Amino acid sequence: MTLTPVLSRQWGEPRSWTLDVYESGGGYAGLKKALAVDPADVRRMVQDSGLRGRGGAGFPTAVKWGFLPPDDGGSRYLVVNADESEPGACKDVPLLMASPHLVLEGAAIAAYATGVHRVFIYLRGEVLHAHRRLLKAIEEARSKGYLGTNVMTSGYEIDVTLHAGAGAYICGEETALLSSLEGFRGQPRLRPPYPAVEGLYSRPTVVNNVETIASLPGILTWGTDWFRSWGTKASPGHALFSVSGHVSKPGQYEAPLGITLRELIKAAGGMRPGHQLKFWTPGGASSEILTAKHLDIPLDYEAVDEAGSSLGTRGVQVFDETTCVVRAVSRWIDFYRHESCGKCTPCREGTSWLSDALRRIERGKGTKADVDRLVTTCESIRGRSLCALGDGATMTVVSSIERFESEYRAHLRGRGCPFDPRETMYLPSAAGKGGA
Amino acid sequence: MTAKDQGETPTVTATIDGVQVTVPQGTLIIRAAESIGIEIPRFCDHPLLEPAGACRQCLVEVLEPGPDGKLSPLPKPQTSCSLELREGMVVRTQQTSKVADRAQRGIMELLLVNHPLDCPVCDKGGECPLQDQAMAHGGAESEFKEAKRTFDKPLALSSAILLDRERCILCQRCTRFSDQISGDPFIELQERGARSQVGTFDPDVLGFDGDAVMGLAAEDESGRPFSSYFSGNTIQICPVGALTSTGYRFRSRPFDLVSSPSIAEHDSSCSAIRIDHRRGTILRRLSGEDPDVNEEWITDKDRFAFAWAEDRLTRPLVREGDELREATWPEALARAAEGLRAAVDGNRSKGVGVVPGGRVTLEDAYAYQKFARVVLGTNDVDARTRVSSDEEQAFVGGVAGTGLGVTFVDLEAAPTVALVGFEPEDEGGVVFLRLRKALDRQTVYAFAPFLSCGTAKLGALLVPTVPGLEGVALDGVRRGSGVGGDAFRGLSKPGSVVVVGERLAGVPGALSAALELAERTGARVAWIPRRAGERGAVEAGAIPGLLPRGLSIQSEEARKRVASVWGLSDLPARPGRSAYDMLGLAGTGGLSALVVGGTTASDLPKPMANGIRKAPFLVSLEVKRSDVTEHADVVLPVAPPWEKRGSFVNWEGRSRPFEEALPSAAPSDHRVLDMLAREMGVDLGTSTVEAVREEMGRIEPDDALRPDAPAVARPTQAQIAKRGKTVSLATWHALLDLGSLQDGEPHLAGTARVPVARVSPASVQAWGLKGSAIRVSGLGRGIVSLPLVVTPGMVDGVVWLPTNSPGSTVARTLGVAHGDTVSVKGSEQ
Repeated sequence: MTLTPVLSRQWGEPRSWTLDVYESGGGYAGLKKALAVDPADVRRMVQDSGLRGRGGAGFPTAVKWGFLPPDDGGSRYLVVNADESEPGACKDVPLLMASPHLVLEGAAIAAYATGVHRVFIYLRGEVLHAHRRLLKAIEEARSKGYLGTNVMTSGYEIDVTLHAGAGAYICGEETALLSSLEGFRGQPRLRPPYPAVEGLYSRPTVVNNVETIASLPGILTWGTDWFRSWGTKASPGHALFSVSGHVSKPGQYEAPLGITLRELIKAAGGMRPGHQLKFWTPGGASSEILTAKHLDIPLDYEAVDEAGSSLGTRGVQVFDETTCVVRAVSRWIDFYRHESCGKCTPCREGTSWLSDALRRIERGKGTKADVDRLVTTCESIRGRSLCALGDGATMTVVSSIERFESEYRAHLRGRGCPFDPRETMYLPSAAGKGGA
Repeated sequence: MTAKDQGETPTVTATIDGVQVTVPQGTLIIRAAESIGIEIPRFCDHPLLEPAGACRQCLVEVLEPGPDGKLSPLPKPQTSCSLELREGMVVRTQQTSKVADRAQRGIMELLLVNHPLDCPVCDKGGECPLQDQAMAHGGAESEFKEAKRTFDKPLALSSAILLDRERCILCQRCTRFSDQISGDPFIELQERGARSQVGTFDPDVLGFDGDAVMGLAAEDESGRPFSSYFSGNTIQICPVGALTSTGYRFRSRPFDLVSSPSIAEHDSSCSAIRIDHRRGTILRRLSGEDPDVNEEWITDKDRFAFAWAEDRLTRPLVREGDELREATWPEALARAAEGLRAAVDGNRSKGVGVVPGGRVTLEDAYAYQKFARVVLGTNDVDARTRVSSDEEQAFVGGVAGTGLGVTFVDLEAAPTVALVGFEPEDEGGVVFLRLRKALDRQTVYAFAPFLSCGTAKLGALLVPTVPGLEGVALDGVRRGSGVGGDAFRGLSKPGSVVVVGERLAGVPGALSAALELAERTGARVAWIPRRAGERGAVEAGAIPGLLPRGLSIQSEEARKRVASVWGLSDLPARPGRSAYDMLGLAGTGGLSALVVGGTTASDLPKPMANGIRKAPFLVSLEVKRSDVTEHADVVLPVAPPWEKRGSFVNWEGRSRPFEEALPSAAPSDHRVLDMLAREMGVDLGTSTVEAVREEMGRIEPDDALRPDAPAVARPTQAQIAKRGKTVSLATWHALLDLGSLQDGEPHLAGTARVPVARVSPASVQAWGLKGSAIRVSGLGRGIVSLPLVVTPGMVDGVVWLPTNSPGSTVARTLGVAHGDTVSVKGSEQ
C-alpha cells in the first residue's frame, strides 16, 4: 500500500499556507462545486463518500449532520474542533500550519451543507503559530470572497471566528469544548441534549474535527468514487497517521485507511537501527497497546477494534525493546491525572490513584495485590465516568497488564525497574520531515 | 378519553427492580425509584437542582426496548439522576443488578480514596449522606494506601461560611445552588482534576491573581466577593461536612440534638424551619421542607439570626424612681392595671394607645386589639410601627379575611410580575428565590428608581419611578407604546401579579393606583409586607379602622357582630389613631399611657421615639431588655417565638401555626394580656391559643362590611413639577441590617452588604457633588454620610440610602421616609 498525499499534498511547497499557493493547487474548487448545487446534494455526496469523523470516534460525518433538527430560522453553528492534544496525535496542528485554507474551504463546505452561517474554530491556545496563520488565512479568504457575506458570489453568508483554548485536553471533548467556547469552565455536559439539538448557546451545533473538515474539499472536487478508491468499504478514504517513537523518521504519514503498521514503519525508515518493536498504540494514549503480533492488521476502524484496541486519532506511538512498559503507562496516566477535569468521581479520583500507584510500582514498592488493584480500579472507571476521558485513561493500563504482566511482576517487592531509561532515549539524527 | 385529552401530563410505565411503576413523562429514574420505595444512593443529585451526573454514585443498569420491542441493554450503567424513565424501560438498581452494585461500590471506593476519616470530629458525622451511604453500600475496609489529599483548613468563604476542602467530594451542589437558585455565583470550582476545589477565586488559593468571579453578583461596592443572602443553604445541602457555619462549627453532634419544626419569625414569608436544640439551648436552625412556601430554602437571616433574645427577661420589672426592679407577676400586673385604669378613667386622662408591633403572632395581635377595644374602650390600636396611612388601612381592609390569595406557586407561574415599592431580595427573602425560579419564563417589571442587584438578577425591566410617584408610574401602565404599554400587555396576560410592598403606605395614591391597574389589566394584587406579624395583625384587626376578619369599625353592623361574639352590646365607634400618631401624642401629653409590644424605638423617627421616652405611663411586653423597656413603668416578660405556640399568617394569607420548640414557662402576649385584663376586672378570653382561634372562627368575614376600597388621588402635575427641583429619597431595608432580631450575630452581620448611597450621573453633575462620599440631611440636624456610588441608569433627582444599616439610619437620624425630600452635599470619606 502506498502513501496518499491529499491533505498533505502541499506541505512541502514554499509558503504553502498562503492563499496564492493554495489557489495554484486548485484550492477552493470544491467550495465552488458545492455552492453550485443544493446543500442536500452536498450532504448526499458526503454520505456516499462514507467519510467517518477523524477526531477519534470514527462516527459517519453525514449521519452526525443528519441529527440537526430542521431549520427553524434561528442560528445554528459549526464548530471545528482543533483542540488536538491526544498524546501521540499530531496531525491537526501541522495541517493547520501548512494548509489553513484547506480547513477553511472544508469549513465553508460543511457550513453550506448544514445551513450554518457562523463557524467557530476552537484551537489549542498553545499553538500560537498555527493561530497566527489561521487568522491570516481567514483574513485572506474574507478579502477574496471565500468567506463573508457573499461567499463566491453565491449570496450565501459564512463567517469564521477563531477561538484559542486555554490548554485543556478535556476541551477536545465536544460538550466541554462548547462550555469553554461559551466562556464557562471546560467540563463535559450531560447528554442529552446532544449538541446537534442544543449545542453552542443552546442552539443546534455540529462539531467536526479539523481533519474531517479538511477531507471535504477533496470529496467535492474529485468525487466520492475517488475518495472510496482508498481504504476499506466500511472505512474509506485517506487519513493522517502520526508516527512517533523509536522509528528512524517519525512524522506525519498520509495513507489510506487499512494500511498496516509494518508498512507505516517501513515508510518511516524502519525501527531505529539494531532494535525491534516491543509495543505500540494505534490511536494515541487512549487506545489499548498492541504488540509485534499486530504488525499486519489493517489500520481501519473495524480491524483495530477486532484486535482489541481502537484506531482513535491514529497517534501511532512505537516503542522498542528498551522501553519499560510500566514506565510508559505511568507517564501516560500522569497525563490523564493532569488533564482530568475533576467533574466526575471515577475519572478525578481514579486517574489520580492510578498515577500514584503506578509510580509506586515503578519504584519497586508495589505488590501483586497492587497490580490487581490497578485492573479493578480501571473497571471502576471505564464506562462509569461522565465522558470518554476516564475510559481513555484505563486503556493502556489494562492492556499493558494483560500483555506484559510479567514485566509488572519484575518491578514488585523492592526490585524496581529493570530497565535503563538512558537506553530508551532516542533522538533520531536524521529525523524525517514526514509527509510523502 | 385519554390522559392527553384531559390536558394532563402523559405518563410512562416501566419496571424498576421487577416492580411496575407508572410516572409522569419526564420523571428521572431516581425519583421514579423513590416513588416505589427503592433508594438509589446519590450525592450530587438534588431534586431542586438541575441534574449534574457528577458523582456517578447512582449508576443503574438500564434495558430499553428497541423499535422492534426487543429489550436491549444500554451499553454502560446509567446515572439514574439524569436519565428520564421511558416507556417499557427495565431498570435494575443495586438491589437486583450485579453490574449496578459493582459500579456503585467502585464509585464509593473512589470517593473515599481522598476523603478524610475524621468522622468522629466532623460536624456532619451522624447526619452525613456520605457516612450513611458508605455504611450501606461501601466496602468495610479500604485497600487504597496512598496518602490522602490535604488542604489548609478551613477556608472562609464568607464570615458565616467555612469550607474544609479535603472533605469536599465535589458534587457541585453548593456551586449549582449559587448559580441556579440564588443567582450569586460567589463560589465556583477552581483548578482541575484531583486538585479541583470550591473557592472564591482567592489569589492565595490559586497562586495567582485569577480572573474575578463573573456576573452580576460578583462583587459588592467594597470590592470583596459577594456574600449571598442565601448562602447558608449550601451548608444544608452539602452531602459531607465540607461546609460549616462559623456559629455552629464544632458546637455539637447531630445525635445530641432535638429537632423541632417551627416557623421563621423574620419576614412575612414565614418559612418552614427546623430548630435544633440541646438542653434548652438552640444551636442551629435549618430550612424545613415546604413545597408550597419556601421549598427547601431559607434566607441566612432565618437560618443564623436566633441569638437576638439572649439577653432575656425572665421576671416582670416595675419602675422605682429611675430604676427598674424585679417584681412578682401579681405586683407587676397590679401596677400595670392601676396605671392603665388611671389613664382611662382619671379626671384628665387622655386614654391609652396600644402598639403591638409587627412581629407578634395572630393570636397575640387578636389579644392586643381586643384588649384595646374591650378593656381600654378605644380603637387606638395599631400594629404598624412604620409609615402607614388611611389609604393603606382601606387597602388592607380588602386583604383581611380573604384567605389564601396570590401564592408562591402563583407568583412562580405568573407570566408577568410588577414589583412596586417592593425589593424582592431585600424585603421578600424567599419570594426572591421563587421569582428567580421563573427566570426564563416570566417578565418582571420593577417600578423603582434603579435596578437593584436583586431585580437585576431577576432580569427585571426597569419602569423608572421617582420615589413618592409610584402611583403616577402605575397610572402610566396603559394601552400604548413604550415600557408602560409593554407592561400593560404583559400584565393583561392571565395569571399576572402586581406585588405591592409596605413602603407604598407612605406614597399617596400608590395603593389606589395598584388596585386600579389590577382592574384595568385583570392582574391580581399581592401585598407583601416585611414583618412576619403584619398580615396576622391585619387579620386580627390590630389596626385602628379594622375589626377582626376585615370588618370595618365604621360599620355599625360589623361592630354589633363582633360585640355579640365578645358578649358585649357595642364596641367603641370613634376611629382609632395610627401607631405614629399615638406615639407622637404620647410624647406631647396627648395620650396618658401606652401599651407597647415587640417594637424597637430605634426603628422610629425621633418624635415617635420621644413618645416612648416621654409617655406618662408605659407598659411594655417584651422578650428582652430593649430601648422600650428602658423607659417602661411596668415590663411584662413574654416568650420568644420558639418558646410559645401560635401562628403567623404569611403574605399569601396562609396560616403558619407552630408549636413550642423549647419547653418554657414564659407566657405569650395573649396570655399576659388576658391576665392584665383580669386584673382590670375583664375576662378577655385569650388565655389560650385555642380560645383565641375558636373565638376568631366565630367572627364571619363579610364583603359587605369591609371598608371601602381606597381611592386616593395621585400627586398633581404642579406637585410633580415642584418635586422636580428637589432631591427625593428612595430607601428600603437591606435584608441584613441593624434590625434588632439580628442582634448577637456578628458572623451573619459580616455578610451584609456595605452601605452606600446611590445617585445618577446626571444628578451628581446637577447637584455639583464632589468627593467620594455624600452627606444627606433631612429634618433636624442629623446627617447620614455614606460612600457615593454613581449609578448609571438611575432616575435623576433621587438619592438612595439603605433604611437601617450601619451609618445609615434614615428614620432615626434624618426623620424622613421613602419619597420624602432631603438635601445632599458632596464630601470626602
